Amino acid sequence: MAEAHPVGFQWVVEAKNRGARIFHIDPRFSRTSALAHTHVPMRAGADIAFLGGVINYILTNEKDFREYVVAYTNASMIVSEDFRDTEELDGLFSGYDTETNTYVQASWAYEGMEQHDEPHADTAEPMRHESHGPPVPRDSPRDPTLQHPRCVYQILKRHYARYTPEVVERLCGVPQEKFLEVCAAWTENSGRERTTALVYSVGWTQHSVGVQYIRTGAIIQLLLGNMGRPGGGVLALRGHASIQGSTDIPTLFNLLPGYLPMPHHEKHETFEQWIDAIRHPGQKGYWSKAESYAVSLLKAYFGTAATEDNDWGFDWLPRLTGDHGTYRQALDMIDGKIRGYFLLGQNPAVGSANGRAQRLGMANLEWLVVRDLYMIESATFWKGGPEGPTGEIVPERCRTEVFFMPAASHAEKEGTFTQTQRMLQWREKAVDPPGDARSELWFFYHLGKRVRERLAGSTLPRDQAIRNLTWDYDLIGARGDEPDAADVLKEINGYDLTTGRLLSTFNEMKPDGSTSGGCWIYTGVFKDGVNQAARRKPGREQNWVAPEWGWAWPANRRTLYNRASADPDGNPWSERKRYVWWDNAAGEWTGHDVPDFEKTKPPSYRPPEDATGVAAIAGDDAFIMQGDGKGWLYAPSGLIDGPMPTHYEPAESMVRNPLYGQQSNPTRKVYDRDDNLTNPSPPEKHSEVFPYVFSTSRLTEHHTAGGMSRQLAYLSELQPEMFVEVSPELAAERGLTHLGWAHIVTARAAIEAKVLVTSRLTPLRIEGRTIHQLWLPYHWGSEGLVTGDSANDLIGITLDPNVLIQESKVGTCDIQPGRRPIGKALLAYVEGYRRRAGLFPGHHTPIVTTEDADG
Amino acid sequence: MSPRGDRPMVPRADFKSYYGRPIVRPAPWTHDVAAYLFTGGLAAGSALLAAGGQATRRPRLRRAGRITALGALAASGYFLVADLGRPERFHHMLRVAKPTSPMSTGVWVFSAFGVAAGAAAVAEAAPLVPSRFARKVLPPVGAVAGLGAAAVAPALATYTAVLLSDTAAPSWHAAYPEMPFVFAGSALASGAGVGLIADPAPPARRMAVLGAALELYGARRIETTKGLLSEPYTTGRAGRLLRAGRALTALGVAGAVLGRGNRVVSALSGLSLLTASALTRFGIFDGGIASAKDPRYTVVPQRERLSRRNSPD
Amino acid sequence: MGNSLYGPLDPAPDAGYENAPPRMGFFTDTSVCIGCKACEVACKEWNAVPDDGFDLLGQSYDNTGGLSANTWRHVAFIEQPSEPVFLGMPGSDLPGRAEDAERTDFRWLMMSNVCKHCTHAGCLDVCPTGALFRTEFGTVVVQEDICNGCGYCVAACPYGVIDRREGDGRAWKCTMCYDRIGDGLTPACAQACPTQSIQYGELDVLRLAATERVEKLRAEGVASARLYGHDEEDGVGGDGAFFLLLDEPEVYGLPPDPVVTTKDLPDMWKRAGLAALTMAGAVVVAFLGRRP
Ligand SMILES: Nc1nc2c(c(=O)[nH]1)N[C@H]1C(S)=C(S)[C@@H](COP(=O)(O)OP(=O)(O)OC[C@H]3O[C@@H](n4cnc5c(=O)[nH]c(N)nc54)[C@H](O)[C@@H]3O)O[C@H]1N2
Ligand SMILES: Nc1nc2c(c(=O)[nH]1)N[C@H]1C(S)=C(S)[C@@H](COP(=O)(O)OP(=O)(O)OC[C@H]3O[C@@H](n4cnc5c(=O)[nH]c(N)nc54)[C@H](O)[C@@H]3O)O[C@H]1N2
Ligand code: SF4
Ligand code: SF4
Ligand code: SF4
Ligand code: SF4
Ligand code: SF4
Ligand SMILES: [Mo]
Repeated sequence: MAEAHPVGFQWVVEAKNRGARIFHIDPRFSRTSALAHTHVPMRAGADIAFLGGVINYILTNEKDFREYVVAYTNASMIVSEDFRDTEELDGLFSGYDTETNTYVQASWAYEGMEQHDEPHADTAEPMRHESHGPPVPRDSPRDPTLQHPRCVYQILKRHYARYTPEVVERLCGVPQEKFLEVCAAWTENSGRERTTALVYSVGWTQHSVGVQYIRTGAIIQLLLGNMGRPGGGVLALRGHASIQGSTDIPTLFNLLPGYLPMPHHEKHETFEQWIDAIRHPGQKGYWSKAESYAVSLLKAYFGTAATEDNDWGFDWLPRLTGDHGTYRQALDMIDGKIRGYFLLGQNPAVGSANGRAQRLGMANLEWLVVRDLYMIESATFWKGGPEGPTGEIVPERCRTEVFFMPAASHAEKEGTFTQTQRMLQWREKAVDPPGDARSELWFFYHLGKRVRERLAGSTLPRDQAIRNLTWDYDLIGARGDEPDAADVLKEINGYDLTTGRLLSTFNEMKPDGSTSGGCWIYTGVFKDGVNQAARRKPGREQNWVAPEWGWAWPANRRTLYNRASADPDGNPWSERKRYVWWDNAAGEWTGHDVPDFEKTKPPSYRPPEDATGVAAIAGDDAFIMQGDGKGWLYAPSGLIDGPMPTHYEPAESMVRNPLYGQQSNPTRKVYDRDDNLTNPSPPEKHSEVFPYVFSTSRLTEHHTAGGMSRQLAYLSELQPEMFVEVSPELAAERGLTHLGWAHIVTARAAIEAKVLVTSRLTPLRIEGRTIHQLWLPYHWGSEGLVTGDSANDLIGITLDPNVLIQESKVGTCDIQPGRRPIGKALLAYVEGYRRRAGLFPGHHTPIVTTEDADG
Repeated sequence: MSPRGDRPMVPRADFKSYYGRPIVRPAPWTHDVAAYLFTGGLAAGSALLAAGGQATRRPRLRRAGRITALGALAASGYFLVADLGRPERFHHMLRVAKPTSPMSTGVWVFSAFGVAAGAAAVAEAAPLVPSRFARKVLPPVGAVAGLGAAAVAPALATYTAVLLSDTAAPSWHAAYPEMPFVFAGSALASGAGVGLIADPAPPARRMAVLGAALELYGARRIETTKGLLSEPYTTGRAGRLLRAGRALTALGVAGAVLGRGNRVVSALSGLSLLTASALTRFGIFDGGIASAKDPRYTVVPQRERLSRRNSPD
Repeated sequence: MGNSLYGPLDPAPDAGYENAPPRMGFFTDTSVCIGCKACEVACKEWNAVPDDGFDLLGQSYDNTGGLSANTWRHVAFIEQPSEPVFLGMPGSDLPGRAEDAERTDFRWLMMSNVCKHCTHAGCLDVCPTGALFRTEFGTVVVQEDICNGCGYCVAACPYGVIDRREGDGRAWKCTMCYDRIGDGLTPACAQACPTQSIQYGELDVLRLAATERVEKLRAEGVASARLYGHDEEDGVGGDGAFFLLLDEPEVYGLPPDPVVTTKDLPDMWKRAGLAALTMAGAVVVAFLGRRP
């Protein structure tokens, strides 16, 4: 955290000064470890075992916050008789389909839950559920005593029973005492009087089990009563300044603004099908109003062209036909399926896994538009990339026509950033962009205008969407051609179309076409016609929650599900942790934050039998967006890889999974092709060819793919060369010398780096073997003031099935002293490794590896 | 021994320095400054020689002294300016007179000396001047100027020692009690060297002996009594320069004393004294620089000083 | 001259400022430094200092090496075995560690170094042009239009701070952002520091805060915490920029007992005077000796 979020880390330092104990659990000793009381070095990719151990500790020692757990989580729900755990099936849950490598999730359901069926063949499907939760009945059988053998609590207990401290030690390389210290500290700092926050970032997400990593953390936080309460929560430290914003108003292929799913060509043929898939009629919660949100969105898109008769223009929306994720697209480019591409503010030639595939893909396009601040590797791959010397990309023959458009940086344009707390902050423009550099807004507005002019007379159905878009914004700026970002934010906020008034809350949205709104969760950001995101009232002039600094969605709530900060009767759990509570006299919820609950619904409210939607939310259903109003310890549906997190080995590992026959996530997304081979892992043979674990991450001194740091002398001088960190032991084993050259090899590539021998890396003892881990920053490429090989060339494309993030935090490799070969010799060199590892053309990585599968 | 052995890696701070990097910064000066030390001393020594010659009516000594003084001074001036980072701003030195800055003091001494020594040297040209008036006035002016230069000369010869000592270079600073004597002696010896070449009269020989004695005594103390800080003067290039200087001084003195009456021997001993003087200055210069480059010379003596201060006595 | 060359002193009034504002300074608390180098970069940005070249030094994460004409804030990184209680890695019992290798406790020290703005500043004392001067805030600043690059200050600084810039010829160092503090702004480096490792303010106030901090750390078991440069009785009369360190100063590249060189200047002149007299005497003796 100190490395990549130094400004945020000041609060850790502050907490430490106030007596907090800091643990840092990370494979390597980083700047964060330097400030922590205890650094717990662990094996990369083994966190579920570690966190599973914590769950086991909590459940065995009954350290859970029982009242909270019973009231607000699904611990008491009874699960279907058909459910079988990994403990019975050697690492698989019930419902696994070996044809598609996915689960039929019916057996995971609550008892009595409608059986819905077909396997989630299409990955990234659950992303649709990102905030609205998958369908569950609003009520199912429960056992508040938590004794029923099939209640979630007991299932959890059985599932995690084997994650003992000894297992954690064997699997993660963390000594039992250290592990128990962490357990004790975490549990002691949670409960009625205290709360613990869990902060994570991409050390947790970039795994083939990334989503389940975070699920494990969430389970612990729910068991300990740390959700919806001040000082609690699971917080993702985001990366680029508005990464949160780019999921809210997504740059993702499968979502529309406000987490409305992108319609699927088969499943959502009609508007009703689409809406019902979101609101699940009969379910409780706020998604029951999905139609209002969807219609308002379509009204924002298509204005008067959207009418009830044409289903508000639903048919003009694009349809999903499958996986269109960024990695799929790169491979499709190689295969010639994609001809043109826009690349905005991204540098996949350096920043994305399997750099070679990324570059070869781009080299097979007809045209490519790159908008960036600098001439980055993704714009010069055709002449300056590593495939030049190997003869794989020859400038004279590379057919891609690259259009480079200089972009205005964040300081050169106005608009909002949405940070990890879902807070929008308005930024003013500080300076005009230099030369021809223009904002994204300018670019798309004018591109759109030109395209619309071209299509003005078209009657082709496919052109109607673009022809019908609303495309009028106030133009400002010295040249008078810059769309006003505030105007766009207003469009996002939404209007009452009958009066032209800006909406104040999404509750005002209507399904009848009388309101618009570009992203329903952002409605309110222009409440009362005021840009709420631009508020900058200093903290000392308001309460400690600081509601008047910027604006957080939804409805300026700073902590989600904050109903849980009060007990079921609506009283604060404790004076110390008072946050939102029921004021009986006034008959309303009140507190320091905006209550995340219907303002006047009393804690004692119980919905009538047939209630649905908001009315079905009981007075103690704190998790109001969930179909059952509860925080999920167990996910009865919605996740592709299982209802409970389970330890699987990384896709590349030299360790046989000590817990189950199933080696790795059986639903992980693999693109098994000759240009994307995976290093062998047990039980496959030859894993010893790549005997070391490597991990990649950030240096404070550089930024991601380096486009914004390797171009600057003041940053380049601070970390001037690509390097690899190795422990003294590994250096001895491989004859590596400090500041000497080494090269690192995987089935994909070999790259070279200077060696930094340092005790900050330590070998670990895993399953009785010594495991060496080495570490690489991933900031270098071929452009800029300082250049070097890219770590991402080493990494293959294997993805988490839920969100399609690449496993770039852990892989296996070999390291050898000296520089790598160059030119064609390099290809032959890597080919040699592949042969020794048995990776011949057409090789397929085994997915199911249970005893049954073996036998 | 640690199981890690001595494998190279991000070095651990064993010696208690930061990766062996210097703590104090060596003066950014080149050997121009060492040359300046020598020529300044030579100017001073020559001016004294000239004054002696003037007082004891030895015109050859006087003339050689005065002319050398001016020549050496001019060379000094060149070296001084050449080593500035911004030579064109030399005159900024004359903005202030700063008693805490030996360089400032030195510049003023240098200027005063320059005026006097210049006048004295010009006076030597009296016979060649067409103007009768000038021919008449110049010698007495020269006499006054010559004595004036001589009065400033000891300051010119010794302030450079303060210039070096008043730095954080450990071995220069530590040598401050003796360095002025070394420089005084060295200046005398070099002045005497000029004398031995121009007119190997007894005063020049005596001056050579006295100067050499002073120089050798001071250098010996610097090389032996400063503990660890003597080391830079006895090792490396500084050590070699100082040893060579000492040998040439001895040779020069021997020649001056024994070669009495023999012009060639005298002239050769004069030359060796001059060379010795230069070598001494370069040696002292290098010793100080070397002491600044190695953190040991900063840390160890300061540590000792601390423990002396902290131990109850 | 007496007290002006060493010992406790308020430098601005001593330099002739009437009604000088309070002396301003830095307290750099290395125990909370995260080595982010924001200070280093902010300083260069604000002061338009050139880069120091692109060299991988292998000194842990330090690739600029030290303070120089082109680096006025410098962050040092030291990897070393640690005292057991603090900042520790797990002990030698670590089962994850290979058997043959013993895991010593380990710590990673980081420290942002800067010009000390000494009470008795050697650099300023020796500057022959008056380019270096004492500001009303008690800080020490080079005037770039005056400096002629004589380099004397470089040799005189007991901390090796000030440096002559190659190609430019003049001496450069931290100005304590004289152009900012005069307008009531915080120096760029302190402003950028996320963890308040660099604290800027009135020196008296900082000294009190530092004393409290070091006591607190000691009470928490950090026995090695110590202040450096805060003592007015030290060899430079105390630093305007002082530090809390977790190890011996020399580990960070700082002199353990710095003394302003001009403290001995009167003695130096005395010795020089003596030598000069001796010299004059020698000439007299040489010439007045009997004529053979
Ligand atoms: N200076 C700087 N700041 C940045 C960025 C930058 O490039 N430079 N990038 C920004 C972006 S885009 C992002 S997403 C964030 C990312 O912020 P972080 O996630 O903090 O960044 P990383 O350095 O990639 O990874 C964090 C740590 O995860 C550890 N790790 C790797 N694998 C595992 C594992 O299996 N388990 C555990 N427990 N730890 C593991 C790594 O050793 C590393 O120390 O930073 C943002 N901030
Ligand atoms: N091995 C490995 N790979 C990783 C990671 C890892 O930890 N390990 N981390 C991953 C993560 S979390 C991330 S976020 C990615 C980042 O990977 P990328 O997004 O590919 O890399 P960046 O260098 O951040 O690219 C951003 C580009 O946007 C440009 N830019 C900045 N501002 C603007 C603007 O306003 N407009 C336009 N048009 N351009 C702009 C910058 O100059 C820069 O070139 O890398 C991922 N890749
Ligand atoms: S770069 Fe910006 S977002 Fe990142 S830590 Fe610094 S201030 Fe925060
Ligand atoms: S630390 Fe050095 S440069 Fe800074 S004021 Fe003191 S003597 Fe001058
Ligand atoms: S280099 Fe400049 S600042 Fe330093 S002493 Fe000389 S004139 Fe003064
Ligand atoms: S005070 Fe100003 S000049 Fe000095 S180091 Fe900080 S930023 Fe640089
Ligand atoms: S900015 Fe602060 S925390 Fe960062 S390196 Fe500098 S002193 Fe340390
Ligand atoms: Mo990121």
